[in-house]
Amino acid sequence: MKVNGSLHAPPLDPRRLLSDHLRHDLGLTGTHVGCEHGVCGCCTVLLDGEPVRSCLMLAVQAEGHEVSTVEGLAAAGAPLHPVQQAFHECQGLQCGFCTPGFLMSVVGLLAQHPDPTPEQVEEGIAGNLCRCTGYASIRRAVHRAAELSGK
Amino acid sequence: MKPPRFEYHAPSTVEEACELLGSLEDAKVLAGGQSLIPLLNFRLAQPAHLVDINRLSGLDAIYERDGGVAVQALARQAAVEDSEVAARVCPLLTAAVRLVAHRVIRNRGTVCGSIAHADPASELPAVLLALGGHVIGRSARGDRIIDAGDLFKGVFETALEADELLVEAWFPASSGAFAIVEESRRHGDFALAGAVRALGRLALFGVAPTPVLADAANPGRGLQPSGDLEATPEFRLHLVRVLTERVFAA
Repeated sequence: MKVNGSLHAPPLDPRRLLSDHLRHDLGLTGTHVGCEHGVCGCCTVLLDGEPVRSCLMLAVQAEGHEVSTVEGLAAAGAPLHPVQQAFHECQGLQCGFCTPGFLMSVVGLLAQHPDPTPEQVEEGIAGNLCRCTGYASIRRAVHRAAELSGK
Repeated sequence: MKPPRFEYHAPSTVEEACELLGSLEDAKVLAGGQSLIPLLNFRLAQPAHLVDINRLSGLDAIYERDGGVAVQALARQAAVEDSEVAARVCPLLTAAVRLVAHRVIRNRGTVCGSIAHADPASELPAVLLALGGHVIGRSARGDRIIDAGDLFKGVFETALEADELLVEAWFPASSGAFAIVEESRRHGDFALAGAVRALGRLALFGVAPTPVLADAANPGRGLQPSGDLEATPEFRLHLVRVLTERVFAA
């Protein structure tokens, strides 16, 4: 499987979840694990460009596919990805635990709706929980991300 | 919160998948995994074998057939949500799919998987029942059509045999007035109760071990919904009355 552009062998144990494979085998700890049953959205990654829950996939299932994690959004030292930049500008995070999942969901949302309506934004982030409840800033950040991505 | 041990199989053809299901003891089909993997993570399900059908090709079509829309086993819920054919032929299906969890879940989850999983609180089995649709179960023995009315046997139980793979679900056109409404505690969460109106029929979900057809004049008759932390049986019966009114007002 390809992860952020580089090729990796899938794990030997088929019961390894994709989320655990990314974190424990590949050291990509930017993907956070909250609930491990698909509710919180923290572990969201892109599978062939579409946001999916990495805790609800076996890593072996990603073989032959392309996985993108939050680490792949911007290289170290490079300018932030527009979605990261927008979350930074709008204070779209407090403790930051949910942030990687939000970022990946929003990248997927903007690919589907480059100029989303407020309803589409709400629908698009409804599957991600922020326990600091910073949703107002997060909503603003998504609209700002759409602006920055459009430029 | 990690899956138990199982033997993993990833067949590349439908024939191979059916052969595996026919020969393995205690095998589960892994499609989108959005219900099965949480059950594995919680260890509520501990199958000896998982047959992952995601590598089967040519099994993700959404197409018009016999005055309805057919959805194959690997058509993701998001693809059905965006499908022009589904929206034209069976807009009730489009409306129902949008109520299934969240878009990120629907990117992976499948319509056929929701039906085979037969969660009593799930929207799509109730839609299939209200419309009078069917599924096709395939095995080494051949194809078998199972009508929605004969499919749902109990909580997470269907009439599919252990060696049968649900390869297609067929939803008749939702001509005339239709609606689906549900009540849940949180956006995208399981429904406490829900109602589907289609083709003059009423189907309810979340209030019995399977989706059930009900009489619109007295929708709660004979129902004995269970109670849990989120809703008492009485509250679910109240919801049945209110939601029935709403689907017929929509």
